[in-house]
Amino acid sequence: MSERIRKARTHVSQNEPLLFELSSPGKKAYQLPPLDVPAVDPAAALGPRNIRAGIEGFPEVSEVEGMRHFSRLASWNYAIDLGMYPLGSCTMKYNPRINEKVAALEGLTLAHPYLPEALAQGALEILARLEAALAEITGTDAVTLQPAAGAHGELTGILLVRAYLEARGDPRKKILIPDSAHGTNPATAAMAGYTVENLRSNERGMLDVENLARVVNEEVAALMLTNPNTLGVFEENICRIADILHARGALLYLDGANTNALLGVTRPGDTGVDVMHLNLHKTFSTPHGGGGPGSGPVAVKQHLEPFLPVPRLKHTDTGWAFDYDRPQSIGRVRAFYGNFGVLVRALAYILACGSEGLRQATLDAVLNANYLRQGLMPYYEMPHQAPSMHECVFSDARQTARGVHTMDIAKRLLDYGFHPYTVSFPLIVPGAMMIEPTESESKHELDLFIDALISIAREAEEDPERVLKAPHATRTARVDEVTAARKPVLRWRPASP
Amino acid sequence: MRYLPKSEAERGQMLAACGLASAEDLFAHLPPATRLRRPLALDPGKSEYEVVDYFRARAAENLTGCPCFLGAGAYFHYRPVLVDTVVSRGEFLTSYTPYQAEISQGTLTAIFEFQTMLCQLTGMDAANASMYDGSTAVPEAAMMAARITGRRGVVAARTLHPEYRAVLETYARNRVLAVQVCGYCPGSGRLDLEDLERKVTDGTAAVIVQSPNFFGIIEDLRAAADLAHRQGALLVWVFTEAVALGLLAPPADADIVAGELQSFAIAPSFGGPYAGVLAAKERYMRQLPGRLVGETKDARGHRAYCLTLAAREQHIRREKATSNICTNQALVALMATVFMTVYGKQGLRELAEQNLAKAHYLAEKLPLRFTGPFFNEFVAEARNRPPEALNAALLARKLIGGLPLGRFYPELAGSMLLCATETSPREAMDAVAEEFSRE
Repeated sequence: MSERIRKARTHVSQNEPLLFELSSPGKKAYQLPPLDVPAVDPAAALGPRNIRAGIEGFPEVSEVEGMRHFSRLASWNYAIDLGMYPLGSCTMKYNPRINEKVAALEGLTLAHPYLPEALAQGALEILARLEAALAEITGTDAVTLQPAAGAHGELTGILLVRAYLEARGDPRKKILIPDSAHGTNPATAAMAGYTVENLRSNERGMLDVENLARVVNEEVAALMLTNPNTLGVFEENICRIADILHARGALLYLDGANTNALLGVTRPGDTGVDVMHLNLHKTFSTPHGGGGPGSGPVAVKQHLEPFLPVPRLKHTDTGWAFDYDRPQSIGRVRAFYGNFGVLVRALAYILACGSEGLRQATLDAVLNANYLRQGLMPYYEMPHQAPSMHECVFSDARQTARGVHTMDIAKRLLDYGFHPYTVSFPLIVPGAMMIEPTESESKHELDLFIDALISIAREAEEDPERVLKAPHATRTARVDEVTAARKPVLRWRPASP
Repeated sequence: MRYLPKSEAERGQMLAACGLASAEDLFAHLPPATRLRRPLALDPGKSEYEVVDYFRARAAENLTGCPCFLGAGAYFHYRPVLVDTVVSRGEFLTSYTPYQAEISQGTLTAIFEFQTMLCQLTGMDAANASMYDGSTAVPEAAMMAARITGRRGVVAARTLHPEYRAVLETYARNRVLAVQVCGYCPGSGRLDLEDLERKVTDGTAAVIVQSPNFFGIIEDLRAAADLAHRQGALLVWVFTEAVALGLLAPPADADIVAGELQSFAIAPSFGGPYAGVLAAKERYMRQLPGRLVGETKDARGHRAYCLTLAAREQHIRREKATSNICTNQALVALMATVFMTVYGKQGLRELAEQNLAKAHYLAEKLPLRFTGPFFNEFVAEARNRPPEALNAALLARKLIGGLPLGRFYPELAGSMLLCATETSPREAMDAVAEEFSRE
């Protein structure tokens, strides 16, 4: 069996306790310069009641132990640096290290957000240049870089919709969301104070336009649409969808999570989209960092521009400045100006790729998805067969006869040296296997992945137990998530004496 | 393009395998009206050397590297070398959210340690795996309190960071929260408890108080908590300067904590990325937004960690979720985790004591606006010339002064907020004092 696994083999990895178990009193990993001013008695300065005793349980370790602790932890992680990460709708592409280098320049990292504008012209120029590039890429008129992540961008965008409609004297109540949407969409609508109406997809995996035409009325504020949608299918009726909404005074919000399929090929702003967000940590190569930081700029057409968060950048005789005098603005969505360090990385990526490089990235991403689709079609069920853009969605329908489900196939992929695809999403496909290779994978890596999934399909037939008990080769075996949720232990505590 | 790992020949083979003649055929199903028929109007791609040159030139246009007395939610502290060493490792930097626990134990273990240390610091029972920043943690705490109490009123101190308050007001445009602001005592610079008592009613979900507050002053959180609890409201404690926690006793009476960890080895970086945190008492654990890591076992009986209580989150609960948050600030939270490891129990206290000493050294030489006890920030009156003119004089001496307060507090237009930390040189503080007293 093992000769089928071509990408990986096992190796020894180090054990490591928690920091708190590693600690012993008196150890330290720091040394401060000597204090060059008189010491102050904390109790006298702040009041004895305000002073704490020690921090109970806080770590006490040496520098060497700290270094090894985190290095050992690191060795327990999979990463894009190690191989393919085919998570659908997550766009796990290569993170160029030049981005890290420029974001670490001291002239950027040591810039305080309240530096007077005249002393921060370099930072403002970076923001202005990125805003302009993103507006060009999306075909929109204005961009705010303030939102800290995709879901934060969604909230910003829907609050813009609300402000626009309220200014028109027509506050509405409802947001329409297709049943294939990311969970953030309905959660965002609820957070922005709207009720949610779910729309079903048609048999081709697209929004049912006839149904949309029936449900859009004067209570509908907007439709939140993902394009390509979470099946990796381009919503071919996008222009008509926009027309239906606009004719009844509603707006079209685009979830830009899947923008990697669109660069230089089609622009949402040219297809009737009023407002959208981008995920710079997906499409624009900034690293995921084990869950963040991200950045979720929001791009709008002119009619929504007056409502964008403050401050806005403006060019004056003396250079760039912040404009706070924006009476229709929704206000701030975050302190300061956004995740600046992430914005620097995204601009570095755009500068490195240029117009042609961005388009080629999209072409390769779509080619990779179609190549995988072609290679896997004989072995896995594909419920919606419309053409694929940057991702494709299979299901476990053929494997369930043997009791093997999408999660089992995902866990078996770990033994083959791959991070799994997105499991059980979108919700409209039972047993979904949602695969997005991105442009960063070579033909060789894709071939290994196809071979791995073909081999697992065969195992599901011949030796289903092997798949059901996977992973076998990883340091950690299948984790009991049920117990974790039933009896939550969310922090370490010392063993009782 | 150097980031793309395919030769033209391989592209051709792959297209052929798909039965296509050219890459253009991949998009044949897109309606013509949707297609962009020209190249994007962006520059051609640059070499990495040109990219570095571009950003070096921009970096040189910012004034950095001289002593700076700005704080106000973004602080200058030493950053241990180990922090960047750890977060630069590809296994942390380039991994995804740890949904696949079997190959993500590194990230999960570090988050579990982060959650634990935040509980130890704040006296809470549960802390989440991070929020975007302190400013967005505040409305999340308010919405959490609204869910818990079934009320919608929020009373926020005027001494809460003005930009945090602005973010809270933006979130309140959802018509779910109703925000009121509670004033401060013009003498002490602390929350006006009489005003708070007037504003807290049986419709109040949360009282939101920052300590040290925006003026650097330690608030009487016990009194604020008493007033809140008497009406059945929750007390949300906010902090922006986490180093203060090395000295300050966490308020036992707070119900929810919303904080900013930028001070823990996160560079000012023109305002982000930072890391917020939300922590709470045990009974509110299931109302926390965001990711939580919990302890469990694997199939071989070994201790293991995984993301847990997902039934609170958007990908499971959709419109009924506790929040829409998905991506958080994991790598930045890891920076804070390494920082807390390096400084540890003794170091965080010594660091806080140095901050206290430096700020008090500078403050003793300046005319203070308020009498309340302060940590490493304080408000000083610029008596001889406007704060902006004073800052211009400091700039001529290669010093960046404090934050003039008129833009946030019109009544304090003649004052500035100054911050001194362990990084502030004594000579620079002497020079600031000299300019303050210059006629």
